Amino acid sequence: MTTDTAPAPLAEPVLEASGVVMRFGGLTAVNQVDLTVRQGEIVGLIGPNGAGKTTFFNCLTGLYVPTEGTVTYKGRVLPPKPHLVTEAGIARTFQNIRLFSNMTVLENVLVGRHTRTKEGLFSAILRGPGYRRAEQESRERAMELLEFCGLAAKSEHLARNLPYGEQRKLEIARALASEPGLLLLDEPTAGMNPQETRAAEELVFAIRDLGIAVLVIEHDMKFIFNLCDRTAVLVQGQKIVEGDRETVQNDERVVAAYLGEPLEGTTTATEADQ
Amino acid sequence: MTTTSHETTPVLRLPGTAALAATVAGGVLAAASAAMSWTWTDAFPGDLTYYGSPAGLQWLALAGGLLTVLLALASRALPGLRRLSPSGSNNGVLFAALGTLAVCWYSVIAITVQLDGLVNLDPGGWVSAVGSLLAVVGALGLPLDRRTAVQQPAVAWWWYLVAAVAAVLRYGLGEGWALNAVPTGVRPIVTENLWFFVALPAGIVGFKLWLLLNAWLRIGRIERPLPAARALPSWAEILVITAVFAVGLGVVEFGISTEYGELFIGFLLLVVFGTAALLSSGVIARLRELTVRHRAVTTGAAFAAAGAFPFTQSGETYVLIGANILIFATVALGLNVVVGLAGLLDLGYVAFLGVGAYAAALVSGSPYSVFRGVHVPFPVAALIGALAALVFGVVIGAPTLRLRGDYLAIVTLGFGEIFRIGMNNLDGKSGPSLTNGPNGIAAIPDVNLFGFDFGQPHDFGPVQLGKFGNYLLLMLVVTAIVVVVFGRVANSRIGRAWVAIREDETAAEAMGINGFRVKLIAFALGATLAGLAGAVQAHVSGAVSPDQYQFAGPVPPNSAFLLAAVILGGMGTISGPLVGAALLFLIPAKLQFLQSYQLLAFGIALILLMRFRPEGLIPNRRQQLEFHEADVPAQGGPVDDALTKAGA
Repeated sequence: MTTDTAPAPLAEPVLEASGVVMRFGGLTAVNQVDLTVRQGEIVGLIGPNGAGKTTFFNCLTGLYVPTEGTVTYKGRVLPPKPHLVTEAGIARTFQNIRLFSNMTVLENVLVGRHTRTKEGLFSAILRGPGYRRAEQESRERAMELLEFCGLAAKSEHLARNLPYGEQRKLEIARALASEPGLLLLDEPTAGMNPQETRAAEELVFAIRDLGIAVLVIEHDMKFIFNLCDRTAVLVQGQKIVEGDRETVQNDERVVAAYLGEPLEGTTTATEADQ
Repeated sequence: MTTTSHETTPVLRLPGTAALAATVAGGVLAAASAAMSWTWTDAFPGDLTYYGSPAGLQWLALAGGLLTVLLALASRALPGLRRLSPSGSNNGVLFAALGTLAVCWYSVIAITVQLDGLVNLDPGGWVSAVGSLLAVVGALGLPLDRRTAVQQPAVAWWWYLVAAVAAVLRYGLGEGWALNAVPTGVRPIVTENLWFFVALPAGIVGFKLWLLLNAWLRIGRIERPLPAARALPSWAEILVITAVFAVGLGVVEFGISTEYGELFIGFLLLVVFGTAALLSSGVIARLRELTVRHRAVTTGAAFAAAGAFPFTQSGETYVLIGANILIFATVALGLNVVVGLAGLLDLGYVAFLGVGAYAAALVSGSPYSVFRGVHVPFPVAALIGALAALVFGVVIGAPTLRLRGDYLAIVTLGFGEIFRIGMNNLDGKSGPSLTNGPNGIAAIPDVNLFGFDFGQPHDFGPVQLGKFGNYLLLMLVVTAIVVVVFGRVANSRIGRAWVAIREDETAAEAMGINGFRVKLIAFALGATLAGLAGAVQAHVSGAVSPDQYQFAGPVPPNSAFLLAAVILGGMGTISGPLVGAALLFLIPAKLQFLQSYQLLAFGIALILLMRFRPEGLIPNRRQQLEFHEADVPAQGGPVDDALTKAGA
């Protein structure tokens, strides 16, 4: 277990969401959520189905603009467009894999480098020495990332032909190619077998060791508690608790949200809140 | 989907080496018949009456017969011929024999029908028919790659009923009693389309016969890894590529300069079967390896072959066709940036060709242009045409590219029509005077570059290059520019961003790609390339008018044909749209005798192609996988491994 190597808790914050509210018409999907992710941290976000985790994620990546509240990345308010958010330094993966399935593995990662390269139409047509150098560097960097994720041997395969677990890895490699300061993983182990989950854990630790903060949504509790320095629990759009493994596991509201309330109508923490 | 299993067995069980002997003998007979007289009058087009001097369709019989003999001998691994059949499959022999049979029997039947009777056949005709049949029988006796079982779609009984009713109606219409039952107003429509009552039963019965034949032959394709080629020195490989393109030039030249429909049909038959034969024998795969290794040489050879075309022609007629094919193909390649790479369905693309043509025509010094006095040199005019198209592309693209899919297609369709109608109305009466309305801008003077007048014939040593020859070479330069731009951009940061947007726009945005921006770049680049081609087109045709730039019509280029060329040829590739455009231009031009049924035949051909080869003639490897997902086994052996890798 590498959790011991977690850095001191008061590193510089990378992501700060404060009072984020997301309403769709009359439905409040996310309600007054605050979340801070610090440099070199792995933070988990859990909650029952429909709790608003992915909606919150989409607020962080520019796919949605929050109705209220602000999200800042390294002190700057996030721009409202996904591609600008990526350029600022937040990369993400998707709950259902969204690779460019008819491109090769290497090309997928090269697309991830889009924001970190500047070559436009004319330099592509003229192919000067600058263009060649940049293209060469991009390829080398992409191959390094594939090496890092253990996909280097398959760089010329089509993404669609990879087995499921490797497609997940490729999605992570593609996200890393944009050189993010914060990586958002949306259910990275969905549909994986225990060995693959184990490999994914190792990969996330390795990413953290690169100095990249990670925010991960997950249903697999074992995975989350092995991995995360801190875990926030979202229930019905509200963050009910945030803390380390013991804090979350021993919180009655969390237990109530997942397992239901005890039969004897004793006052539970959730009710006391309201 | 269950995977079909294969076997290698003959269709006909013939004793010993009889099959091979029959194939070779048949091929030799068919080839030899080319030197004999097929018919004794010169009433049949091409004059097939001479001994010792092949003409027209006889050349095709000669080529087919020789190909059959060569492939048959190569399948026995005769030293020196082994390279002709690297896959070791005999299917190539069968396809070559079938091609010969198709050509010979088509000619013989055409002679018999047109001249009314078997009596018109000379011995040569009989020899070709018997020889080609013998070759097919022999080839069926060779061990062929076959499927062990064929899925047999059933023809429902009521189809036969429909066929029978149609046949009876045809008879009744001939006799008159069925016609009397038809209301008088509709009668001319019925009597003019009697063929329909023949074609329908013929189609139904023909389809059933095809199913039976297919069930009997069960011809399949076994994917065998090709044995490693014996290494050749690279000069020899380059020589091979040059020779192949020389042969290709010969074939294309033959196709373009066919003078009558019968010859073109025979040519098409032989080309289709011949290509199938060479694919089965593995020659084409082997050549592809070579061309991949010598990409620059291949591109150079292709352009040299195209450039050599006008020098092989004595007249100008076919050179003009060649120049028009190049214009059409270049515009199709430009459209491939938009459709094939970025995945934006543009149904009004021909408008950009029109913008380029009009802009170049306005500054060409034509007396009908509103800027009568302005006469800029051609390179400047081409630049103006390209820039005008670029501006037009950005102006149209900026508001519309926020739409996706079908909506974009409809809006571009609208803009294409707006352009045409706008040009019609800018005549000084309905609108500002700019384009001369429906009359267009005529009498565009010829290009004159550094004292080289493109309108005049010029002598190059022993050969003379006429007006359209000059323009063909000019157009070839433009095509080369477009090919280079396409090839370089497709494999670059922007090109990858286009493909990513096409594959999954949301994911691409999340990877930092500004979707709107890169789509606008694709749209603008496509428009610019079309505008460049338009500037040349204005000078080749000498006049521009609004009705040249329609959405659909019988004459390419129009938006529908351009899109068809891209899809037919293969999206996202360079050679695909070029081949597709050449076919789409040649087929309507050569099948004049179909007259008003041209578009019908064209539509049927497109439907068949999309049913059997949705990825196009020269597919992008990726697209091929996309369309034949179910055919590829999920996991597996060496063959699958080769398939899962994306070749470029």
